[in-house]
Amino acid sequence: MSQVPLERKVLSENDRIAGQVRGRFAQDGVLCLNLISSPGSGKTTLLESTLEAFSANERVAVLTGDIQTENDAARLRRFGFPVRQITTGGTCHLDARMVERALAEWSPGAFDLLFIENVGNLVCPASYDLGEAAKIVVLSVTEGEDKPLKYPAIFLKSKLLVLSKTDLLPYVPFNIAAAEDNARRINPAIEIVKLSCLTGAGLDSWQQWIAERRRGLKARAELVT
Amino acid sequence: MHELGIASSVLREAQQEAQKHPRARLRMVKLRVGEMSGVNPEALHFCFEVLVRDSHLEPLQLEIESCARQQRCPACAHIFRVANYSLACPQCGEAKTEFVSGDELELVSLEMEDYEPGAA
Repeated sequence: MSQVPLERKVLSENDRIAGQVRGRFAQDGVLCLNLISSPGSGKTTLLESTLEAFSANERVAVLTGDIQTENDAARLRRFGFPVRQITTGGTCHLDARMVERALAEWSPGAFDLLFIENVGNLVCPASYDLGEAAKIVVLSVTEGEDKPLKYPAIFLKSKLLVLSKTDLLPYVPFNIAAAEDNARRINPAIEIVKLSCLTGAGLDSWQQWIAERRRGLKARAELVT
Repeated sequence: MHELGIASSVLREAQQEAQKHPRARLRMVKLRVGEMSGVNPEALHFCFEVLVRDSHLEPLQLEIESCARQQRCPACAHIFRVANYSLACPQCGEAKTEFVSGDELELVSLEMEDYEPGAA
């Protein structure tokens, strides 16, 4: 019997492709944000509110992942920005190859802000790097405030937590302070934005968070050139 | 539930490596899985067995080394295992500690058995 040492990541092939995608984003000056949540937490609604607020000359695009149907893409196309649906046909997450394929159909420089709406799932998308600048986890107040403790991987890997549907707080027994505390117990550095797409409360903080990231990207690009 | 995809990635990587050793047969794959990886070792074992069963890979085994989350204290350099979600340093009490490990999903090694192709 002999031992063959390997010492490499199981998903090294995915990570290799994600690295190429990230390289392309860096070259084209694209900020890519990967939105992850359980089904029904409001990712698509958040993107609708986000796209609605952008002026038509903004260069924004969306890749939206689902197991089946083009429904989300149809909802998001109404705002006039380029949107592509990735239907995984059963797979519970997007991987870097799916993103690479979808991107190949777009010409370089078509956008400088790309939202990826992952398949609704709080577990599997955490394992797959898509080449994004940041993972963003969305948690709605109709879910449990202990979700960060139950699904720690995604809260550990996300830069931002969006607590959505805050308009429902008067009607549901959701302790928002406990939810924030639980998220920080897993990831002390996680940033948190609370918002309601129905009333618009907190959307400004979300837009500001994105704007800051875009400015940071631009400043870094100018530093390099 | 993406353990089936992970298991098939493991098998693909292991088989690719095994091809470099024509005079040996793959017997065991060793993995390292962190508790913060989002991968359930039990489900991974199950999926691995399903993929291997009745295939030419049988009786290939999977061994998983589970890893706890570890943090490092920037104040006193103490490295500790996290229990009960408490990230504060147990040695000096520093509240802000740094993530060290616990999100591993790694191929550690393969165990190969000598094998003569063509021999009975």
